[in-house]
Amino acid sequence: MSQISRRKLITTGIAVAAGASGVAIAAKIAKAHGLIPPDSGGMYGPGTTLTYAAQRLLTRHSMAREFSEGEVSKDPFANEVAPLGAEFGRLQAAGFVDWKLNVDGMAARPTTFSLAEIRSFPRSSNTTMIGCEEGWSYIAQWEGVPLSYILDRVGALPQVRYIVYRSIQPDWWESIDMADALHPQTLITHRMNGGDLPVPFGGPIRLRVPRQLGYKSVKYITSLTLTDDLRKFGKGLGSSAPEGGYSWYAGI
Amino acid sequence: MVRVTHWLTTLAFVALLITGGEIVLSHPRFYWGETGNVNMKPWLNLHLPSSRDTVPTGYGYVLPDQNGWSRYLHFEAAWLAVGTGLLYLLWGIFAGHFRRNLVPTRSNLKDIGMSIFQHLRFARPSAEEAWSYNVLQRISYLLVIFVLAPLMLWTGLAMSYGFVSSFPLSVCLLGGHQTARSLHFLVTILLVMFLLVHVVMVVVAGFRARMRGMITGRVKETA
Repeated sequence: MSQISRRKLITTGIAVAAGASGVAIAAKIAKAHGLIPPDSGGMYGPGTTLTYAAQRLLTRHSMAREFSEGEVSKDPFANEVAPLGAEFGRLQAAGFVDWKLNVDGMAARPTTFSLAEIRSFPRSSNTTMIGCEEGWSYIAQWEGVPLSYILDRVGALPQVRYIVYRSIQPDWWESIDMADALHPQTLITHRMNGGDLPVPFGGPIRLRVPRQLGYKSVKYITSLTLTDDLRKFGKGLGSSAPEGGYSWYAGI
Repeated sequence: MVRVTHWLTTLAFVALLITGGEIVLSHPRFYWGETGNVNMKPWLNLHLPSSRDTVPTGYGYVLPDQNGWSRYLHFEAAWLAVGTGLLYLLWGIFAGHFRRNLVPTRSNLKDIGMSIFQHLRFARPSAEEAWSYNVLQRISYLLVIFVLAPLMLWTGLAMSYGFVSSFPLSVCLLGGHQTARSLHFLVTILLVMFLLVHVVMVVVAGFRARMRGMITGRVKETA
């Protein structure tokens, strides 16, 4: 082995060792700052972790783009929904008067809210785009009670780090971190384009998370759970999306 | 460094191309402006079968959904491409690779007619040329590195709801979310065309010798 290539080998070795320890230190810091997503394991973990960490550093308080009334889509696409089942049919037939949103977990006052209560809470609205991971999109005006208001109302404990939310559709559940949960545009939406939220678009209530793709905006929500640890839910990957092969964080 | 970054980029590009294709199949239609969906008229319909039954394709079947892993891998490969690109860019600037090997020289430009003629004849490069890039190579590499690759990254990021919440201009300047998606697709086609020409040129110049050169960094004198 020649002198030069030995030197090169040593330099490369040092660079690799420095790189590896750099990554280890970065991972530790990222973990301390809540920049590691629950689906960070496995072959695609590095990519989704980089995306989530980078976007959280850049977007913690940013606002989703808002559009004018004239830009609202004339013919929005509701996407298909799996059959909603007998329970949903019964509730729908009664005009959703018995629809409940159960809030539990790390809260001082766990509460079950009726739809009438949710509709009576202070409202906020935003005209934002919803887009599917498939690539299509539409713009609508969404109106409802900010999730942060509900969290205040139930007395969310300071150690809460994630909100888990579930649909009436079996096995359909998601979660978001506090950056999105406390975000002013994150709404428990019950109105769309000036009317009650239509069933195909998630009525009676849908959690709208406008800085992420549509699959995080779960339709027909029935419960919220406040937690500090997502490993306790399902397979521990944060939501049903990674269990079906999709990333937990959907800001891209 | 040029060789290491070249092959890392190749790896990332192949992954991006395959997964990008899979993602397109879930909605093989393209629109201009901000919004686009099956209720709207696309400017381009690829008339391919789709992995979603909500898309009217005219085909009687639906392809299996590959979007989950495709999206995971697409963004992971994008990080690899960006990291590799940055490394190459820094090295290209500070080690003088761009200045020495990529920016066409005055004599390069003067001989551009001759170079075009030789390319049209599919002439094998001379032994001396095997060590350096010719003028058409220089121009096309510069276009890919400084125009198409940055456009790819830009149009990709402009589709991210999280990214544009912090940098709304990134999508507004392009003309909307769906325009960004359409441009992302069009630039892909340009890059694939570059790739095809690139590989054909390598074959014309002597595939084995060129590959050996690009992998080991050595050019056989008699090749």
